[in-house]
Amino acid sequence: MSQDFRLENIGMVNRNKKISFTFNGKKYFGYEGDTIASALIANGVHLVGRSFKYHRPRGFFGVGVDEPYAILQLERNNERDPNIRATEQEIFEGLEVKSVNCWPSVNFDIGAINNFLKMFFPAGFYYKTFMWPPSFWYKIYEPFIRMAAGFGEASIKHDKERYEHKYEYCDLLITGSGPSGLASAYAAAKNGARVILAEDKPRYGGSLLTSDVNIGNQTGVEWSEKIITELKSMSNVIVKNRSQVFGYYDHNMLVMSERISDHLPKTQKYLPKQRLWYIRAKEVLISSGSIERPLVFGNNDTPGVMLSSAAKEYMKVYGVLVGKKPLIFTNNDSGYETAIEFKKNGVNPIILDTRKEPYSDIITEAKNLGIEIKYSYVVVAAKGYKKVKSADIAKISDNKKDLSNIENIECDCICVSGFWTPSIHLASQSGNKSEFNEKIDAFIPKKSKQKENTIGSANGKFTLEETINEAFDKGYEVSNKITENNNKVSIPTVVEKKSSEHDKFWCVPLPKGKSYKRFLDFQNDVAVTDIELALREGFRSIEHVKRYTTLGMATDQGKTSNLNGLQLVSDIENKVVPQVGHTTFRPPYTPVSIGAIVGREVGKHSKPTRKSPMHEWHRKNNAVFVDAGVWLRPRYYKHGNETLFEASKREAKNVRKNVGVCDVTTLGKIDVKGPDAAEFLNRVYTNAWLKLPVGKARYGVMLREDGIVMDDGTTTRISENHYHMTTTTAQAANVLSHLEYYLQLVWPELNVNVVSTTEQWAGAAIAGPNSRELLTKLFPNTDVSNEGLPFMGYKEADLFGIPAKIYRISFSGELAYEVNVESDYGNFMWEKIMEVGKEFQIQPYGTEALSTLRIEMGHVAGSELDGRTIPHDASLEGLVSKKKDFIGKRSLSRSAFTKPDREKIVGVVPLDKTTSIPEGSYIVKDPKAKLPNPKLGHVSASCWSVEYDNPFSLAIIKDGKNMIGQKLFAMSPLKNKTIPVEIVSSHYVDPEGKRVRA
Amino acid sequence: MLYIFCPHCGSRSQNEFAYGGDATVKRPELNKEISDQDWDNFVYLRKSPRGKHLELWHHISGCRQWIKVERDTSTHEIFKTYKADELTE
Ligand SMILES: [Zn+2]
Repeated sequence: MSQDFRLENIGMVNRNKKISFTFNGKKYFGYEGDTIASALIANGVHLVGRSFKYHRPRGFFGVGVDEPYAILQLERNNERDPNIRATEQEIFEGLEVKSVNCWPSVNFDIGAINNFLKMFFPAGFYYKTFMWPPSFWYKIYEPFIRMAAGFGEASIKHDKERYEHKYEYCDLLITGSGPSGLASAYAAAKNGARVILAEDKPRYGGSLLTSDVNIGNQTGVEWSEKIITELKSMSNVIVKNRSQVFGYYDHNMLVMSERISDHLPKTQKYLPKQRLWYIRAKEVLISSGSIERPLVFGNNDTPGVMLSSAAKEYMKVYGVLVGKKPLIFTNNDSGYETAIEFKKNGVNPIILDTRKEPYSDIITEAKNLGIEIKYSYVVVAAKGYKKVKSADIAKISDNKKDLSNIENIECDCICVSGFWTPSIHLASQSGNKSEFNEKIDAFIPKKSKQKENTIGSANGKFTLEETINEAFDKGYEVSNKITENNNKVSIPTVVEKKSSEHDKFWCVPLPKGKSYKRFLDFQNDVAVTDIELALREGFRSIEHVKRYTTLGMATDQGKTSNLNGLQLVSDIENKVVPQVGHTTFRPPYTPVSIGAIVGREVGKHSKPTRKSPMHEWHRKNNAVFVDAGVWLRPRYYKHGNETLFEASKREAKNVRKNVGVCDVTTLGKIDVKGPDAAEFLNRVYTNAWLKLPVGKARYGVMLREDGIVMDDGTTTRISENHYHMTTTTAQAANVLSHLEYYLQLVWPELNVNVVSTTEQWAGAAIAGPNSRELLTKLFPNTDVSNEGLPFMGYKEADLFGIPAKIYRISFSGELAYEVNVESDYGNFMWEKIMEVGKEFQIQPYGTEALSTLRIEMGHVAGSELDGRTIPHDASLEGLVSKKKDFIGKRSLSRSAFTKPDREKIVGVVPLDKTTSIPEGSYIVKDPKAKLPNPKLGHVSASCWSVEYDNPFSLAIIKDGKNMIGQKLFAMSPLKNKTIPVEIVSSHYVDPEGKRVRA
Repeated sequence: MLYIFCPHCGSRSQNEFAYGGDATVKRPELNKEISDQDWDNFVYLRKSPRGKHLELWHHISGCRQWIKVERDTSTHEIFKTYKADELTE
């Protein structure tokens, strides 16, 4: 199958490798190295989509990142990938793409009726048209807009592709491998700097790939190949293609997305799709080049109207003709280069130059080649709907106001050049205030804000000689600041054709009686009339004009439209562009996939998973795990077909009746050491700590300065100046930071050190009436009697040759001990406990049973200490010292904390003794009261009491102390339940605490 | 992402640190009488200046030291960093 628009002897695609792909269901072929755009153009396809607002036919406008039209949807490995620029996506075997913004098809698009109803779509149409009546919004306007708008459809499936993140440091990051990027990278690398050179296209060289120049007696292409090859061989250089530096953030942090396998048929298992690079660069050279500006004329959005530089690149890089009857419409010499390239490939172009009598080498060359040139000529309007068929052209007066000699000439493409706009986005993102340069009618960076310099055409240098000289100098200068090697390479001589000045004219007036749409922003269908209307309606600030008209918004971020928009506003307002100013450039420069931003941190990988040393034992014994912060803890151990409810009840019952063992490794542990440790604890905790003897533990509560309970736990005095503090699993990290804050900043005079020992110890809580007998067998040489190891006692002991620590503390309210061994012995300890405990009917219990046991005992935990409660609310006021000062004490005397009906923890039992109360339920007096029903408080935790075999809950309610005995209601609007309840003491089981002291 | 010079470790990325608020706030001394208003100011009231600000950062994934950072809140420029016990200018 021959391709009508493919040239034989030109281009850089691999003719030996044919690749087939489908577009809108039809099969095409291209060559390896083609983009979707180049391959489709080679096949004569120019209609690829519909515009955003009017659904006008859309073709290709550019050849790279600036493409406003050819946004497609890619299907790959059964995944949808929207927002793919056809000018950037390389084809691979089996690639499937389709058009967006058209329904039912790109050829027949119902939305195109908008084009004929355009009085409904003026500037600000979203704000005007779809406002009234309000009831129309959900049912009529929104569904209509949603179906008609949008650039594709995101996949709703889990993205199976792999994305990675990488952190990198370098002396010098260079963004773009055109002549300035290559030259500066070479100069800096030779001077010993660590360089990263990033190129967003697959091929290095930028404008050198398409321009007819000579550097150091080599063609531009040869020279760039030589430099790149040498850079790649240097160990201090990283060279990356398909890599877009899209964001310039604080402190010289830049982010780059590397498209690693987007151009490959199927991702290999371990090859990421994309990689996001976070680069901290000491210096940055922005060599991102420039983008050609469009000229504005009637129907300038018709497929076949495109940038002249793009037409040239399609020929020179891809060997593809964008048309066989080209019309070149230019206000500068760039259009001539494209015309000459057409001519060299056997096609006869016509040049329309807006200038009257330009003169330069390149114009002479075009003349000598016999190319037809019309001076002071403009395109008035493109003709043709789905593709350019002809153009109305006219002679323009010297003052550029009047058209004459309007005639229609046949053509199949119109290549426009309105001069060049430097890509200053990255410099602007870094904080660089740009300035308007009259000579080039565009903004260029001003004074460096961060450690950045802009070079080459991004800095408004449009001759190669200037660019190369500046780049070599900057590369050396910037690198030498860092390396001080003083190794300067010589600058090669440059041969190029001299150009003449461009014409400031860019917008063709409308001929009398015609109302052609002249587009400024091609992606958002913003026409000259929209800007005029916005200004008439009083919008003045360019930021407001942008938002009202959508000029420069959406995925291309106005890369081709911004300056023309500004020019127009300036012209209408009789201002100059610098007075109007430009809108803010914000990252990202090009769209970045969500997958790349998230990287590997998805699902289970979004946070680390911590496991106790006994994890494998739990797993083998049918533990069902639950996330506790970043820890995985056994929730229950499933026997046969047991449910969570049945299993946790069995486990809790066994603790009350025999003995159970629970993995408490996850509790936070902090070593507090130093001569002032006791004094420090005395300030941190609400209760008294100065007199705690060695070998004893104490329960403590710590507050924040605002009086709210921060955490609770037991702390044991191991030796004179050594305390072992425990925290809740959830608060472990916060408590450590809290302690460090006070030691380092508030009381640096205290001689105390704190360090986390959470992971150093494995812990097992052994609880139940049989626990002492079990301990006697585990530690035969240690006196664990009630006298030898009383409640809140501590002992070091020997567990079958392993050093262990025994704390007689209890969360379950039963006679209980916690045994700690060094983490590596954790599994050994656990297996010994299970083995020896067999005769005492030991069973492991999980967090669900643990909760049941603590709730029916009225022991508070995270659901009560929820960042809103003071000690009184949790019935911990007995632990608040009246004598000494401590963190947060002063807050406790604030009026809201001392009012008589202050909330307090209570127990809640359903009157029917069978209906469980959902956690979070409100406690109310009258379930039928008018909404919002005044609530007394809420249910913080619920369980099935194994002691009484009925539901039991804890609640924190207003004036709780005086509510005991009252009959109230628990309401859960979420579960649609209203349950009559009785308020009881929160200490439902063993209120005197006899068991723990037994 | 900021690049913060830890006086103990050197320059590190912001994601190793936790922000700790205004470094000029001084906790009232223990066991001293203090009015409701003064206590309230200490616990709740913070200035939110635009421009230079001395603030606390905790090198939480590094040396675990609290440090003081003089930063411009609008430009993120960092002028100087201090150890917790170092006198600030
Ligand atoms: Zn540090």
